[in-house]
Formats: sequence, structure tokens, C-alpha cells
Amino acid sequence: MSVLIFIDQAEGHIKKAALEAMSYGAKVAAQLGTTAEGIVLGSVKEDLAALGKYGVKKIHHVNNAALDHFDAQTYTHAIAEAVKASGADVVIFSNNVDGKAIAPRLSAQLKAGLVSGAVALPDTSNGFVVKKTVFSGKAFANIAISTPLKIVALNPNSYKVETADGTAEVAALNVTVETPKVKVTAVNKVTGEIPLSEAEIVVSGGRGLKGPENWGMITDLAHVLGAATACSRPVADAHWRPHHEHVGQTGLAIAPNLYIAVGISGAIQHLAGVNRSKVIVVINKDPEAPFFKAADYGIVGDAFEVMPKIIAAAKKVKGMA
Amino acid sequence: MKILVCISKTPDTTAKIAFTDNNTKFAQDGVQWIINPYDEWYALVRAIELKEKDPSTVLHLVNVGTADADAVIRKALALGGDEAIRVNADSHDSFYIASQIAEVARSGGYDLVFTGRETIDYNGSSIGGMVAELLGLPYVSLASKFDLNGTTATITREIEGGEEICEVALPVVVSCQKGMAEQRIPNMKGIMGARTKPLKVVEPTAVDALTSIVSFELPPAKAGVKLVSADNPEELVRLLHEEAKAI
Repeated sequence: MSVLIFIDQAEGHIKKAALEAMSYGAKVAAQLGTTAEGIVLGSVKEDLAALGKYGVKKIHHVNNAALDHFDAQTYTHAIAEAVKASGADVVIFSNNVDGKAIAPRLSAQLKAGLVSGAVALPDTSNGFVVKKTVFSGKAFANIAISTPLKIVALNPNSYKVETADGTAEVAALNVTVETPKVKVTAVNKVTGEIPLSEAEIVVSGGRGLKGPENWGMITDLAHVLGAATACSRPVADAHWRPHHEHVGQTGLAIAPNLYIAVGISGAIQHLAGVNRSKVIVVINKDPEAPFFKAADYGIVGDAFEVMPKIIAAAKKVKGMA
Repeated sequence: MKILVCISKTPDTTAKIAFTDNNTKFAQDGVQWIINPYDEWYALVRAIELKEKDPSTVLHLVNVGTADADAVIRKALALGGDEAIRVNADSHDSFYIASQIAEVARSGGYDLVFTGRETIDYNGSSIGGMVAELLGLPYVSLASKFDLNGTTATITREIEGGEEICEVALPVVVSCQKGMAEQRIPNMKGIMGARTKPLKVVEPTAVDALTSIVSFELPPAKAGVKLVSADNPEELVRLLHEEAKAI
């Protein structure tokens, strides 16, 4: 019996989403009176034993360069082996890009019930019930998993990373890895930018900015705050910004600590993608913009006048001026 | 070339979200139903484009639902596709739905299965991965571009902070998102033609669901916005720093 956490990495570095998954998994294990173990796939550049501080007691490491590139099929196979090796009855993923590809495969392979998009610890008082977002963030559902093996995919930015003293035992796990059928031919990373799904602060622009040439105020504020940049759907559709920046019901759903919306009116479809943000700031010259109803702080004013002052004030707070 | 596109029926993006029966059921009164936007705008339209490029392509749609999904299926057929298959079942468990789709895909011998990246109601992002696993096929998720060269697909998929380009030999299951294609409006010819396209109803295979919905809840209401004067935007930064402790 144990809780097994998939520790997602990219280019040898453990992702923030994986730290959240470990903290969550360790808490689930404590709740069930068992221990948390982790599974790491591929070559890593970090000390795995040190991951013990996130509450995992043992780490199964498939140190095989064939797993350096993500592939849903080979990863699922390797994780299924780790499920056997650890005797897990709960498997935790982050519901990030990789988790969305492999958690469903593992669920179908092992006939293990999956809740993806979890936002809270399971209720284990009577069965195993997990709260997840539904209707694109407009509501939650409590889902019961009825199978002996349970899989939970935790939404990024939904569970706080917790640390304590501890070292994990690292055990090599040998798995026969087939050549992936999906061959990666190129990776285009937007370097120097913070991935939107992992960002704690997001600065976002809408049609109110009038054109892509005015995006300097968004990127400048993002730079000062260490934030990622995002945009509304009309902006992505008009190709002012790349479509991976589109947040909303049909784009990416995010839940940062702080979401700053500039020149976005707040259509219900946009709100659906951002309403799990902890603090929402709206800057819009239209006092009737529906976004103000969902906001914590707001300024009714012209972004072109207000933003330079905000950027200057933020620089002071951050000791950059 | 045979393509199967999975179509889900979801409430309109502007639908009011409320629950009945002691918060165990979605309140359907007055709700407009649409094709799940990811299924329609990206999966279906891209499949139609592939068929336009190679008219010998056979394009089928599949839905797992009851008879009240037929209107939405006809809307999808008005955009394109040769025929639709509806598996006559009512379930909200991803594994149950994926098992039905996998059965249709297996018996139809498709080269390509497209799904949307997620439905806008249950947000599971699970169907594509499960179908791929049940069929033993490779799976490329969150695809924003898809091109075919013979029987090899070149696909661009989202990764954290960028994108990855990959190649895979058919058959493959792909989940589709923004970038794949542009939204289309069905024309009159499409709407008229959709009425006579075959909509086959098949009975589900026996599969046990792995999960069940216990209850729904709405998020707590916001306390209300604190407005800062446009003449003093520095105050906003102070509040974010000292009060909200967000920066």
C-alpha cells in the first residue's frame, strides 16, 4: 500500500507542478496512513534524494535516456511498472500537459478510476471523493472513485508546495522501454518567458489595447513582476499575440495567485478561464465592463495613462527603481 | 483514409450554470446545447479540411449520448462529414464513454481519431488518452497543427512554455486545440444535406463506469471589487503589495 506520485521533469529539471503533486500526494498518504513514493522517468540533473523534503519516502527512478523525450505510450508503460513495484493504491499526477496525456492512458490500462482537474484533498471519510473543476471553472463537482486503484490529476496552482526535513531513498527501476512511435523532430521553447500554466502572476491584455504594437505595457509589467503574459480570445484570433497565450473557456484555464487584466471586458467565456485566480485586478475604461463584478481590485481608467504609472510603482516595490 | 471525429454535446458557453435535485444534476432548463467548441472548431473543421484536400477520405462522427443529442449531431453534419454514429447511452464517466468510442473506432478501422482537448462541461481531457490506450495506439495531445504526408502525420503539440513538433505513423489518436483550424459557419447546402446524411444509432457495449458524480457546488461569491482612482494608480500597487500580498 502506498501513494505513488509521478514526478514530472523537463530537460532534467523537476517541474513546479511536480512539487505541488508531491506535497499533495504526501498529504493523501498521511490521510490514508501510508507512505508517499515517487516515480521519475529519464535522465535528471537534480539530486533525487533531496525530493524527500516534499514528503516522498522513496523514489523509483527509471534512468533510461529513451525516456528523456515525453511520449504518452512509453511513459504510461513505465509508470504502470512503478505502480506494481510500489504496490500503490493511489497514483497522483499533475493535471499539466504531460499529466493530461498519461493519466487517462494509465486509467484505461489499469481500469483505475481517474479524477482529472482536482483542486482539493480527497474526502476519505466515506469512500474516496475528489473535488474537481467543471464547467470551465464556473463550478465544482465531487467525484467518487469506485475502483481499488485510484488516480488523481491535480490542477496546477491548486495546492501549496509544502516542505519539511527528509531524504528520499532512491531505487533504480528497470523497465524495458520500446522506441516511442511518436518521434519528436523539433522543440520550440519561448526562452526567458515563464510558462503560463506555472506562473504565479499573469498580466493579460485585451482588445482595449488597440493593437499588438501597444503590448509593451503588458510585457514590461510582466517583466517587473516576474509574471507570464496572456491575452483574450479576440486578441489571439486577430494574431496580435500567439494562440498559446489565449486564456479563457476555449483557451487555457489558469489559476495564478494574481491575474491582472488590462483592456479586457470580461466576457463569461474569458472569466471561465481565469476565475480560479486568487486575486483579480481589472483595468478598463468602461465602468460597465462585466469583469469588474469578478474582480478584487479595479481601476476605471485608460490603460495608456494608468499602466506607465503602475509599472513605475511596481518597479519601486520590487526595488528596481 | 478513414477519420473518426468525437463530438460531445455541451451547454452553450454563455449558459447559466445551476444545479437541481439537491445539487446532483445540472439544471437544463432554458439551456442552449452546442457542439463542444474544441470538438467543432478544431477537431471537426481540421478533419473536414483534410477531406477537402483528399476527397476520397471517409469522415465519420461519433457521439455517446441519448436521442436528445441528435440535433447537435445534425449541426455537426451540416459542417461536414459523411455520416454519424451515436452510441445510445447516458453516462458522465470518461472511461465508459471512451470504451464506447474505442469500440466504434475498432470496428470501423479508422486511420485517425480526433477529439477536442476537453469538453467545456466536465473538463476531463481524458477521452483521447483513454481511447488511444484501449486501442493500443499512440496519442498526441493538445495539438495545434496537423498535416498529413501519405500515412505519416506531422503534428505540433503544446508543451510547457512552447511547442513540440513530432512525427507519427498512422493510425493515431489526436486531441485538438486552438490553432488546428478556424471556426466555420455551416452554409444552407450543408444544413439541407445534413438532413439526409446517415445517423446510425448503435447500442452500447457493457462496461462498468469507474467514477460517479456525488454532487456539484458553485464557487463562493466574490466580496466585491475595491476600486482605485485612475488619478492614483500607485495606490493599486500598494494594495497588491501590502493588503493582498500578491506582489
